Amino acid sequence: MSGTVTAPARRVAPIGEALLALLGIAAVILAAWAVPWLKFILTVALAKGIAVLGILLLLRAGQVSFGHSMFLAIGAYTVAFLAPALPEALLLLPLGAAIAGLFGLVIGLFVVRYRDIFFGMLNLALSMVLYSLLEKLYSLTKGTDGIRVSGLRFAGITPDLATQEWVMFGLALGLAILFGLLVRAYLGSPMGRALAGIKTRETRLEFMGVSARRVLLAAYVLSAVMGGVAGTLVAMTSRHVTPQLAYWTSSGELVFIAVLGGAGSALGPFLGAAAFELVRVYAAAAVADAWQMILGAVLLLVILFAPGGLWGMLAGRLGRRP
Amino acid sequence: MTLALSRRAAMLGAAATSGSLLFAGGQAGAQQKPTELRVGITTFLSGPASVFGVPARQAADLLFEEINKAGGIAGIPVRAFYVDEGPGTDHLVGEYRRLVQNEGVHIVFASISSGSCLACTPLSDEMKKTTLLWDCGTQRIFEEGPHPFAFRTQGYGTPEVLAPLLYLLKHKPEFRSIAVINQDYAWGRDSWELWKAGMDALKPGVRVLAELFPRFNSTDFSTEITRLLALRPDVILSTSWGGELVTLIRQASERKLFERSTFVLPVAEASLQQLGKAMPQGHVIGARGDHWNNHPKPKDPARFKRFVDTYRAKYNEYPIYPCHHMAQAIAAMQAGIARAVAAKGGGWPNDQELANAFRGLTFDSPTSSITLREDGQGLEDQIVGLSTFTDKFAFAVPKDMVIFPAAMVSTPVGQKSVPWLKSLKPEILDQMPAPIAG
Repeated sequence: MSGTVTAPARRVAPIGEALLALLGIAAVILAAWAVPWLKFILTVALAKGIAVLGILLLLRAGQVSFGHSMFLAIGAYTVAFLAPALPEALLLLPLGAAIAGLFGLVIGLFVVRYRDIFFGMLNLALSMVLYSLLEKLYSLTKGTDGIRVSGLRFAGITPDLATQEWVMFGLALGLAILFGLLVRAYLGSPMGRALAGIKTRETRLEFMGVSARRVLLAAYVLSAVMGGVAGTLVAMTSRHVTPQLAYWTSSGELVFIAVLGGAGSALGPFLGAAAFELVRVYAAAAVADAWQMILGAVLLLVILFAPGGLWGMLAGRLGRRP
Repeated sequence: MTLALSRRAAMLGAAATSGSLLFAGGQAGAQQKPTELRVGITTFLSGPASVFGVPARQAADLLFEEINKAGGIAGIPVRAFYVDEGPGTDHLVGEYRRLVQNEGVHIVFASISSGSCLACTPLSDEMKKTTLLWDCGTQRIFEEGPHPFAFRTQGYGTPEVLAPLLYLLKHKPEFRSIAVINQDYAWGRDSWELWKAGMDALKPGVRVLAELFPRFNSTDFSTEITRLLALRPDVILSTSWGGELVTLIRQASERKLFERSTFVLPVAEASLQQLGKAMPQGHVIGARGDHWNNHPKPKDPARFKRFVDTYRAKYNEYPIYPCHHMAQAIAAMQAGIARAVAAKGGGWPNDQELANAFRGLTFDSPTSSITLREDGQGLEDQIVGLSTFTDKFAFAVPKDMVIFPAAMVSTPVGQKSVPWLKSLKPEILDQMPAPIAG
């Protein structure tokens, strides 16, 4: 499966990619301004896009994590637990990211020893452990009912509802751009190139004196941080966290988005996330009891006719043939 | 994708700008009477809890059709917008916003799941949208803080657990040991905590032999049943529901567990039709309210019969408790809007005026009348009885029914359920009405 996902689409000149990114940003802002309720959907989509960027990093090494939403949940629960004592969003964000990164380091130390299906399943197992803990430690986490995120301040100011929605949207957009650029730069750097090396032939990397484990560990921690950032954003936007965030279907959703968006560019995850959330919300609005079928059909169509994902489709249209 | 979105967004943008200008004009003057009453309804349309969600939706469709045929509410037709709770909370809070900001609903009916209610209620505060909590049972909602725009049009966890407990204490006062087998999620844990608090206050010294919390959505209870057979508790409590409860009862009765212990099943009603004759007799069953099909003295027998009959005629099954809870929410909405319109001398109320109309509102359900207290909590009577079979129904119904007045079994305003249950005195049993044969 990872073979088709990471198959690089036709190359698009960097200028074209930048143009597309700008166009996308403009479109997202316009949509959020024009349709107020979409602001919430798009904020969540941008946050998930950031988490999927992390998955994209691992996909470059040919590894699929089926438990990545555990970092999202760690970020989200960090916000939920700390918000009553520390209502400052601008502090909670880096805190959530740091704690998720720390967990990523500890978990990463042993999952990077495994590859392929073992890597995926081990991640899945660990995320389900976290899910069970969040569900069973009832007195701490309130179980499946979840925790309400109390009121937040932004740089010491408590904005009204409408402003806060814009602030969250802006934060998510800003972070999405930041992490998009970061991942782009990372993938271009020797560490990023080495990730592709893990996918093609790991022994070659070792012969060159590069530790494959360390390369993967660095990517894993970075992806955990991005998962944590996504989680804090989701918690601050939806203002209610439940163990569902760590459930395997949530991780599956992230992989779904990665496939839908395509792994050819840092834009892919955001394309995928926006498409996923919009299809889901419009399908749910149109047919409240059959939206899953529509979502499934969309994924099937993408897998059958656009194995490079939405990004692959776009790149195919815009890019020059090599 | 990006291109298509931007084009659509541009069009939407133009439409929204003109729309918001129009809206601003409308709000400056008197509140315009809308051409239709838009009701947002969140319910389970997928997942295991759709056994509640789908019948409730059917009941709503049926009642709205009836209401619209009769000229609508306050002269305008009703239109429902359904939202699936299945995908979880973060999807639902987005959908709530869509209902309010995009569909422009006038009122929201929120949620079967307590988690959904806990997420939606604060949104109702923020968006100032009257929200009727039509089915969820968590006691946390109104005990953890005020919610000026939320009202629960039915009972909740505390009375639904306390009523069966009182019934058991009266019916089988000599029991000395108990075991619990609940689903491992918030309601399963909460309901046991409530039961334990009440039981320890009213009958101290009962031994808890086992606290079993099998995984949510389990399909096999053989381990738990083996353990319960070995432990021989006098009483087994289970607040499980839906397909899981059906499975538990079938597996437990096959292994004769029902012959050794008395079961207390506060949410049994919704599963009894599915169980048919497989439900053992003589066990304590509850219905999350007073809407049993063999209600001994419904307030409006004709209305009760009409609702049950039309539902049966259309869907070929008896309505279960979520259908009645939906009917209660709709009745509350009708009464609330009528009150708000009357208070404004025939004008259309704004969001605040609509919410004001619900505080202290009394409305009739087919079986009784329900009052919304000052904290927003509705007072719904509870009927508990012993499972039995009659000639009239192909499934178990209760006999020796006790109608618990809601005020007797609900936590008073401003108090929290667990401390209140702990403060109960055994004298409360003397206030219990006499059982009705049924």
